[in-house]
Amino acid sequence: MTKLATTVAVIFAWLVPWAAASAAEEDFHQGVAALAGAESYADKEAAAATIAGSGYPRAEAVLTALLEGELYTTRDGGRLVTTADAEEGYAIRDAVTEEDLGSVGRRDVSRVTVNNQLRGTLRSMLAGLKLRHEDPAERSAAIREVGESEDLAMLATLEQLLTTEQDSDVRDTIAMAIATLNLDSTDAAARLAAIEAVSRNTSAHVRTKLTAMAGDDAADDATQDAAKSALVSIQRRVSFYELVQTAFFGLSLGSILVLAAIGLSVTFGIMGVINMAHGELMMLGAYTTYVVQQLMPNAIGASLFVAMPAAFLIAALVGIAIERGIVRTLYARPLETLLATFGVSLVLQQTVRSIFSPLNRSVITPDWLAGSIEIVPGLEITLNRLYILGFSLLVFAALLVVLRYTRFGLEMRAVTQNRAMARAMGIRTDRVDALTFGLGAGIAGLAGVALSQLTNVGPNLGQAYIVDSFMVVVFGGVGSLWGTLVSGLSLGVASKLIEPAAGAVMAKIFVLIFLIVFIQKRPRGLFPQKGRAAES
Amino acid sequence: MLTKRLLEHERGGYILLAVLAALAIVVPIANLVIPEGSPLHMSTFMVQLLGKYLCYALLAISLDLVWGYAGILSLGHGAFFALGGYAMGMYLMRQIGARGVYGNPELPDFMVFLNWDALPWYWYGFDNFWFAMLMVVLVPGLLAFVFGWLAFRSRVTGVYLSIITQALTYALMLAFFRNEMGFGGNNGLTDFKDMLGYNLQSDATRIVLFLCSVAALAFGYLACRYVVTSKLGRVVAAIRDAESRVRFTGFRAETYKLWVFTFSAVLAGIAGALYVPQVGIINPTEFQPLNSIELVVWVALGGRGTLYGAALGAALVNYAKSVLTAALPEVWLFVLGALFVLVTIALPKGCVGLVERVRRLRHA
Repeated sequence: MTKLATTVAVIFAWLVPWAAASAAEEDFHQGVAALAGAESYADKEAAAATIAGSGYPRAEAVLTALLEGELYTTRDGGRLVTTADAEEGYAIRDAVTEEDLGSVGRRDVSRVTVNNQLRGTLRSMLAGLKLRHEDPAERSAAIREVGESEDLAMLATLEQLLTTEQDSDVRDTIAMAIATLNLDSTDAAARLAAIEAVSRNTSAHVRTKLTAMAGDDAADDATQDAAKSALVSIQRRVSFYELVQTAFFGLSLGSILVLAAIGLSVTFGIMGVINMAHGELMMLGAYTTYVVQQLMPNAIGASLFVAMPAAFLIAALVGIAIERGIVRTLYARPLETLLATFGVSLVLQQTVRSIFSPLNRSVITPDWLAGSIEIVPGLEITLNRLYILGFSLLVFAALLVVLRYTRFGLEMRAVTQNRAMARAMGIRTDRVDALTFGLGAGIAGLAGVALSQLTNVGPNLGQAYIVDSFMVVVFGGVGSLWGTLVSGLSLGVASKLIEPAAGAVMAKIFVLIFLIVFIQKRPRGLFPQKGRAAES
Repeated sequence: MLTKRLLEHERGGYILLAVLAALAIVVPIANLVIPEGSPLHMSTFMVQLLGKYLCYALLAISLDLVWGYAGILSLGHGAFFALGGYAMGMYLMRQIGARGVYGNPELPDFMVFLNWDALPWYWYGFDNFWFAMLMVVLVPGLLAFVFGWLAFRSRVTGVYLSIITQALTYALMLAFFRNEMGFGGNNGLTDFKDMLGYNLQSDATRIVLFLCSVAALAFGYLACRYVVTSKLGRVVAAIRDAESRVRFTGFRAETYKLWVFTFSAVLAGIAGALYVPQVGIINPTEFQPLNSIELVVWVALGGRGTLYGAALGAALVNYAKSVLTAALPEVWLFVLGALFVLVTIALPKGCVGLVERVRRLRHA
């Protein structure tokens, strides 16, 4: 009963609107002084209630210290201090101001003792404090915890809170917590209403409770049936969320495939050059990100924006060098190009291995990319994957714009459609070739920046993607950018959908086999090029 | 008559056969007869190394048959080699019997380790040598037949074919890495004891295996020569140069390609089967795309479309690899990469082409 009484007291303390922060501070100091001088447990409880009721920011820390038995009073002057073990005696800090007071002997301080009853009261006071936290997220978390406490005594508190809470999201949380508590209600009608209300809650706690209720033969039929149907609807919701989650992971994987493949769809699809070093250009992009981060360790958040143009440039320059040095001499001999660029890929790999060591390098994820957002309870989406999805769409759109609306894009299309005619019109075809190859390589570099946020950056980074990205391009239809987008995203989603049933490796194998068979049926891919250009 | 057809104007072929004959005579004597202290003695390690090169040479010849003569650049020929090797490995695994670490007479160690209680159905029969040999030929052959039947019939050619063959070997690698497949997963098959009752560690067995490799390479070369000098070979070469013209003349191009491709896969499988007892292990890394593509560079370096050139390339590159990876491990990939670039740009006909050019210059 005391517990309930105190809780109610605490709540009434909150309901008194404190005029200014100074009033809270005054109450707090009053409470602290009372606690330092308290003799009996009853006095301590009253003092603690005053502290809790003050709503002063330090209140939580002081009460936690009291609960943990880390709160002491000094012998001289009766000051409240928190302690930590030091070499001899204790290192003490003022409990109110956190001022460092040096260390004292064990005999110079005495503990503010608590008994079990007081501990219980303190716990509910602390819970109450959290329930009134300034941050709505902290508040909601505390409310959810209370909802799962199975402590019906908290019902009154929650209902009280509901009348004062302003934030509508937190109000929903409170209502859900009340319903969750009411699952244990002795009143059959309240219980049924609660079951009805929790049927859109996917938390594990609610599911265990409902499962127990549905199987509990002692309960009346109405309760059992309601619990069963609530479980079914929760299950449906959960599997829907899982599906959405899987689809998102699939899109995320697909977006990576698209990023890896659109550079290739420029060099392979538009120019018809097989660039086996494409994966290594991605690796160069990832290592550029690493180096940029090493150069600006104090601005990790901004480093990505430096790394992106840097990676694009470096990869593009290497690409142009490959084109000028090797590919140019091998036009019209696609198989030889394949072998030569494969040689380049080995050299690039070994170069990176010699410079940076064969070990993986860790690239730090900036704060704005870390974490996840919760769309609804039970459905979370990680931010970095979301950004990469957006990034790949952005790169794709930018490439489309370049191809369609710039002079360079026009020349590029002209050269691929009819080289001799384009030359006759005064286009410097070899320059266009080099720039086109550079563009494809640069996009690979950008893909590398994105990959560095998801996987380990090592010399073998590129190898893992080369077969996949060729598959994406061929599946989509060589020369079709939209085909690459569609095929990348659909292959990503498909392999994530297979994954739960067959495992990651088997999913990959299935996708490869599917592609091998698909190419037999439609050698020109999903979106074959039409017209004269396709014949050559 | 047949000799004339196979070896006329084939100076390189004569040299290859002569070298093989010399090896078959010298190596057993140097290893078994000449005592260990003598400078002419050849260590068992060297025998094993040479045997390995011979298997690689046979593999290279099998690739040259499809690439040099039929114009099919397979980037997955290593898969057929590895499948032949696995078939042999499974036989050798069953020969271990109860001598494994766990002493289970029926199951190989890795299956005991995975708590399997019975042999999977596809391991049945591998305790029989002749059945295993049949599988060495049949498994790669069948895979190549099915794959080729699908690919050639729908006229997948050129780069597309190369990429899907690469996907094939990549998919197989992923599959064989899985423990659940029942092929030893990551570690593959190893710890072999004996073959047909002969101890694999003994010098005599190793020499016999070496001689088998010599014979296989010689017969493989002659068989390929037989194919390329036959009517089939001429049609295939015509397909390489102008597929649609051959088609319009009334030949079914896909059937010709399919038979050559399948035959080549069988040769690769035999090379793999000889390779495994000599190196003592087979694991999924044999399937990795890099191996298959490295094989292409052997053929390119030696000179494609000559058969003996492929064998020469395989020996040269692998010798360089053995030397360099021992002396300067970091440099090997640079060298290999540079080889790819140089051979394609500067030596389109490989070493054989270079020799011929030099000879022509001298005559002129």
